[in-house]
Amino acid sequence: MSYAALQGYWWIIVSILASVLVFLMFVQGGQTLLKQIAKTDKERSLLINSIGRKWDLTFTTLVTFGGAFFASFPLFYSTSFGGAYWVWVLILFSFIIQAVSYEYRTKANNFLGTKTYDVFLLINGVLATILIGIAVGTFFTGSEFSVVKMNITNASDPVISRWQTATHGLEAAFNITNLALGLAIFFLARVLAMLYFINNIDNEKIVKRSAKQLKLCSIAFLVFFLLFVGLLLTKEGFAVNPDTKEVFMEPYKYVHNLLEMPVVFILFLIGVVGVLFGIFLGAFKISGKGIWYAGIGTIITVFSLLMLAGFNHTAFYPSTFDLQSSLTIHNASSSKYTLTAMSWVSLLVPFVIAYIWYTWKSMSKRKVSEEDIENDTMAY
Amino acid sequence: MEHFNLALVDWSRAQFALTAIYHWFFVPLTLGLSFIVAYMHTLYYKTGDEKWKNMTKFWMKLFGINFAIGVATGIILEFEFGTNWSNYSWIVGDIFGAPLAIEGILAFFLESTFIAVMFFGWDRVSKKFHMLSSWLVAFGSNLSALWILIANGWMQNPVGTRFNPVTVRNEMVNFFDVALSPTAVFKFLHTVSQAYIIGALFVVAVSAWYLLHKRHRAFAKKSILIASVFGLLASVFVAMTGDSSAYDVAHKQPMKLAAMEGLYDGETNASLYAFGFLNSQKDNTNFKGIRLPSMLSIMAFRDASAFVPGVNDLVNGNEEYDILPAETRIEKGRLAIGALAGYKKAREAGDEQLAEQNLKMFEDNYAHFGYGYFKDKQEIVPPVMLPFYSFHIMVGLGLFFILMFAWLLYASIQDKLDKYKWVLHLSVWSILLGYIASELGWIVAEVGRQPWTIQDLLPVGISTSHLSVGSVQTTFFMFLVLFTVLLIAELKIMLTQIKKGPEEGGSHV
Ligand code: HDD
Ligand code: HEM
Ligand code: HEM
Repeated sequence: MSYAALQGYWWIIVSILASVLVFLMFVQGGQTLLKQIAKTDKERSLLINSIGRKWDLTFTTLVTFGGAFFASFPLFYSTSFGGAYWVWVLILFSFIIQAVSYEYRTKANNFLGTKTYDVFLLINGVLATILIGIAVGTFFTGSEFSVVKMNITNASDPVISRWQTATHGLEAAFNITNLALGLAIFFLARVLAMLYFINNIDNEKIVKRSAKQLKLCSIAFLVFFLLFVGLLLTKEGFAVNPDTKEVFMEPYKYVHNLLEMPVVFILFLIGVVGVLFGIFLGAFKISGKGIWYAGIGTIITVFSLLMLAGFNHTAFYPSTFDLQSSLTIHNASSSKYTLTAMSWVSLLVPFVIAYIWYTWKSMSKRKVSEEDIENDTMAY
Repeated sequence: MEHFNLALVDWSRAQFALTAIYHWFFVPLTLGLSFIVAYMHTLYYKTGDEKWKNMTKFWMKLFGINFAIGVATGIILEFEFGTNWSNYSWIVGDIFGAPLAIEGILAFFLESTFIAVMFFGWDRVSKKFHMLSSWLVAFGSNLSALWILIANGWMQNPVGTRFNPVTVRNEMVNFFDVALSPTAVFKFLHTVSQAYIIGALFVVAVSAWYLLHKRHRAFAKKSILIASVFGLLASVFVAMTGDSSAYDVAHKQPMKLAAMEGLYDGETNASLYAFGFLNSQKDNTNFKGIRLPSMLSIMAFRDASAFVPGVNDLVNGNEEYDILPAETRIEKGRLAIGALAGYKKAREAGDEQLAEQNLKMFEDNYAHFGYGYFKDKQEIVPPVMLPFYSFHIMVGLGLFFILMFAWLLYASIQDKLDKYKWVLHLSVWSILLGYIASELGWIVAEVGRQPWTIQDLLPVGISTSHLSVGSVQTTFFMFLVLFTVLLIAELKIMLTQIKKGPEEGGSHV
């Protein structure tokens, strides 16, 4: 493969990981629903044990997404994580408290008490979804930073990437486009969680309540999602001149990208329809199949959005401070050698997906029920 | 060093050290206990005996408590390379990112997928698939150790790499050199085998405590027998691989070796401290102790008469043994840095000839590139005390564990365990010694390589992100408080579960 093709290939892989992550954040969505959907401790424990079997998968997807992004686009890792420090630290913080909460919440003598761990889960559910949405929003709206690689030859000030705002990333939350995406992802995660409960839990009351809540949440999701899409399609975008590599502002860039990449356009439509159909199945037919349509729809939609951000001569991590510092999949990537080596490794990914799929299937042949948890000495 | 902000560098280091040390409280037990659980699970699978099932469940539960917090502390480390070592992430990301990604793809998914089966699959999947899951978890966690240690090994001995002046970073030129570097291989073998010691010590400590309290005696004796075989093999292997690591350090990081042994003036037939301490507060160079003649030369070069360079040789140079003075290396490093800048300027100006000249100058001096950032030759010396004491305590404990496991094995076979109360007490406390040895090992490895992040290529001062000191201080204390609270929670839960014991260990709360 040519260097450019490898860069494209890795942008696709990273985008797939990110899309799967957004789908798997139904775990986070579920963590924000413990109060609304469960009325008793027993019911709460049902919810927790249902999503609790998946939390590590979501977590690992996040970690692997980070690792793959580092290996393929190290300049992004360097610029964004070191620059938008506070956003990322808060996201990580929320995942740290999540990771112990399932395991520790009902154990005897757990120091902080079940309530605290449930609050940890709530914090993670709210912060992680909204902040990850906001961080991804900056792929379209830009941030204020500069990148000067040659600074390393200046021994007294060898900084490559320099963030220009003292808030180090928190400023992104005050941009309406970013915020709309953040809230859309938050509500989407809740929607997916309820579809998952309907699929996975053997308890009529919970299923009923989920279906009801689902309608309300879906409306909120649609409002913010349409707001985000509307803002995205009317805004200027960060275009790259393919010959000079110069970055410039182009009106309706993302509309142009959709029209110039019809496959992405079609994927986007399929994805959105999938999500809507999944919601319909769950909310009105009370069908366990809803999660699959909405889940796969989510993956396809997010994937197509990331294609808009990175392909067709677009800067995927734009700088509004210094346009020419913007990151593109070509100037931020690893060397050809490393991308090639990593591509060999990526051939194992289908195998990984296959065993995850197989275990998921065999573990959820039977729904999770109250008896299950009472008899299970390992339950959370 | 002229670098921009010393306090920022120090706080970033402190934060990395803090989070790594916390992560390391949990990782060795995960690595070691996972195999012990898988082994017991296999015995249950083969015999169908409920006794083994209870044992498996008991150790599995303790494993789960430890695993959760291991994962929690791991995520921050991974992202810290970006958040706090931003320059580093660009300058070496092309090499360093790959093992992290591979670790995620190959190891973490294996671990996290099958851990759900291992915990919740008791009556959801076939017995065979369930037992296999336990092995896959053990295998996955050890595979993750392999890749992360390849990453760390590369930082100690950066092979398979070339600096690309066009992209201004180091780039990988040979994946297999990176993945199969002897430094990485020794590191991996030494680190996983010391984790098996910790796993064994943990089982021994819990079981000895039961014996002292006259509870679960049959269970405890069986456990000690299994663990002492496992532990004895592991601790002999640790001593062997530790020796290989030292040999590797002597060749790749002579300054670290000098610090580990407090050796200031190099010698032939260099002796090794069996036991030593710093003699005077004022003079760092004055160590006293019992020395084993020629042993250091043998350990470092497999030759009793070999010359082992000391700190002063490495700082001031030693012509007889072809060691360049640090001052010379600093000058050459500055030439390389200047030539890199000149090369870029010339290319921008379109002066190909000048660019060529600069490129040649850069390449001729590149081996010393990192030194160009230092102002003073003394900056290349790591703290000596910390690696010195850490190394000797670690080795001492390593030898102690061999004796301890050998004795436990002997006493188990003779069924004499109950007779020696004080040995049982010692066994309970030895788990702490295991953790101490383990953390000290990292202090040797990491403090001993200062001031380098990447040996000879990249000093710590050039690695950080552009953040205010206040930000890093804030996150440092955030993590300190959070991890400490979580550690307390973990210990309380763990001790409560242990007190409950295996039979009840099965119950839900
Ligand atoms: C229970 C823990 C434990 C025990 C008993 C030992 N070690 Fe160790 N040692 C480690 C745990 C450890 C470690 C935590 O795994 C380290 C840190 C980095 C590494 O690769 O392994 C390490 C590093 C380490 C290094 C530094 C490697 C480097 O800088 O890259 C050397 C030279 C030794 N060890 C040598 C020994 C010897 C000769 C031992 C004799 C018995 C010994 N260790 C016992
Ligand atoms: C700076 C270096 C390190 C980084 C960036 C790192 C990163 C991580 C991350 C992200 C996780 C969570 C994985 C998940 O989602 O399941 C984790 C867990 C783990 N890491 Fe580390 N790690 C580091 C050092 C080490 C070392 C040195 C070892 C072993 C030699 C190790 C072994 C493990 C294991 C076995 C786990 C499983 C969970 C547990 O410890 O209980 N890690 N690490
Ligand atoms: C898990 C056990 C580990 C412990 C206890 C540990 C300990 C430390 C300590 C004490 C320092 C600070 C040194 C000083 O300031 O003098 C440090 C720095 C560092 N370590 Fe480790 N380390 C561990 C694992 C790792 C691994 C596996 C990697 C890489 C894959 C790594 C990469 C680094 C980096 C990048 C720094 C900061 C730069 C530097 O100070 O050189 N560490 N570590």
